Amino acid sequence: MSEILTKSRARNVFYGGSIFFVVVFVAMTVQSHRHIVQTSTAGMELSDEVRHGKHVWERHSCINCHTLHGEGAYFAPELGNVMTRWGALDDPELAYEILDGWMKAQPSGIEGRRQMPFFEITEEEMRALAEFLRWADQTDTQNWPPNDAG
Amino acid sequence: MKYQSQKVAYAYFVTAMALFGIQVLGGLLLGWIYVSPNTLSELLPFNIVRMIHTNALIVWLLLGFFGAAYYLVPEESEREIFSVKLAYIQLAILVVGTLGAVGSYLVGIHGGREFLEQPLWVKFGILVAAVIFLVNVSLTFLAGRKTAITNILMMGLWLLCLLWVFAFINPDNLSLDKMYWWFVVHLWVEATWELVMAAILGFLMLKLTGVDREVIEKWLYVIVATALFSGILGTGHHFYWIGTPGYWQWVGSIFSTFEVVPFFAMMSFAFIMVWKGRKNHPNKAALLWSLGSSTVAFFGAGVWGFLHTLHGVNFYTHGTQITAAHGHLAFYGAYVALNLAMFSYAMPVLRNRAPYNQVLNMASFWLMTGGMSFMTFTLTFAGTIQTHMQRIVGEYFMDVQDQLDLFYLMRFGSGVAVVLGALLFIYSMLVVRREVVKPGPMAVPGE
Repeated sequence: MSEILTKSRARNVFYGGSIFFVVVFVAMTVQSHRHIVQTSTAGMELSDEVRHGKHVWERHSCINCHTLHGEGAYFAPELGNVMTRWGALDDPELAYEILDGWMKAQPSGIEGRRQMPFFEITEEEMRALAEFLRWADQTDTQNWPPNDAG
Repeated sequence: MKYQSQKVAYAYFVTAMALFGIQVLGGLLLGWIYVSPNTLSELLPFNIVRMIHTNALIVWLLLGFFGAAYYLVPEESEREIFSVKLAYIQLAILVVGTLGAVGSYLVGIHGGREFLEQPLWVKFGILVAAVIFLVNVSLTFLAGRKTAITNILMMGLWLLCLLWVFAFINPDNLSLDKMYWWFVVHLWVEATWELVMAAILGFLMLKLTGVDREVIEKWLYVIVATALFSGILGTGHHFYWIGTPGYWQWVGSIFSTFEVVPFFAMMSFAFIMVWKGRKNHPNKAALLWSLGSSTVAFFGAGVWGFLHTLHGVNFYTHGTQITAAHGHLAFYGAYVALNLAMFSYAMPVLRNRAPYNQVLNMASFWLMTGGMSFMTFTLTFAGTIQTHMQRIVGEYFMDVQDQLDLFYLMRFGSGVAVVLGALLFIYSMLVVRREVVKPGPMAVPGE
């Protein structure tokens, strides 16, 4: 064993193999990038309003309580399919109204219940956030989550 | 300490331990918010505390790696660090950046990509610090003796700094955002950080066991080869449900299954080296942390990772407390314990004294390791119930969470043990100046 596997052989296998896997990975990433843009997220236009909504989402650090497509903190519900849950996936006005009503009622102050903070959000931002969540919901996520509960 | 400039590692390790304290206290508060959700809910909401908890962890682990590099590169390269001054400037930038980030989180200024919430100026500060670091250690490395340990360490550090560039790339398309986000997050902890871990572990084995360098270095190359061969395409296990193509389910499942291999190899490597080594090194605490790190990394990253990495399983467990269980034990075993092993080994040398307080230090190992293990078990049970109730039965998130109170209470208890262990560790490193428990007479070989 020690004659076949010398230190320099082990090193060469390490460098050579790593380069090979990096090349394969980069090629697959390029293909995935195209797939995302052309197929999996093409169901709804990536409008300025959706972009704005993503910034609103980020500015308030929603990801550190909620999950989105299963990624984030696990303290609050999944939001990748929240518009499906609310039956508002195809209805921008309804999506805005439910989201606005929900967020303005926070924090609930109920003892022993997890509290969502109150966020200072304008109507324009709230509409953008609703559009962003609708946009995220139409992504082809290989049928994840298993059910509407998220 | 063979080289005067190794002393900079001391400042890095002390800063890292201070942040470690902040990190675990933040974690304790989060654990308490799970138990009693109204705690500070308007003054200091969960999302803010969580940013402090995760960011403090990442920064102190990096400070530990930087300090470890400043400690071991001179010894391996057989020369002083290129510039001690640059090393201190780098540390100052990182400290200002960290305090700036924590301060801005507290007043509500932050980004919204998980773990990369730092304001832009802090991100640039980290970039500048990384460049200073790379210049400093690379010039030291290039001028001196090159060993497998420094080759692998340098490769890991260069790649992790280069990948930081993806922290600046935030596409408007959420799925693209997520895909490139993993270039930092996954390719750090499941690829480049593993190189750093293997290099530091190799260095510790070399010092603590007295096994021949040729043997250690050969196996190091084998270990890091298995790490990158599995870890690079293993990124696929994050590409199942974010809008990326379906073939990642197979690529991710197969390659991330092999991600167990480097962790098993590191554990076997550490135990075999200790078994083969004839050196009776006085620093038993460093040895305990080294063996403990590789073992807990195998369970936390390897076994608990495999537990939910196959796409058929992950379809149901993705984004539940199962993920939290794995995340906690993996980070603790692979990176926290490894850094503490390095601190335990290097601090006495840096302070030019015998390795005191080993009993306290070893007690802190068992407190923290016991606490983290129990935390992992409680979260695994919570996650199993959550997976069944929410993903199979279809009950709503909060209805399920309300049924998990007992597990969150036990998790808080285990968190208390971890915090006590962490404080005990810091105390044993920095405060006590003599051996608290007297060692027995010289050991006589048994019958």
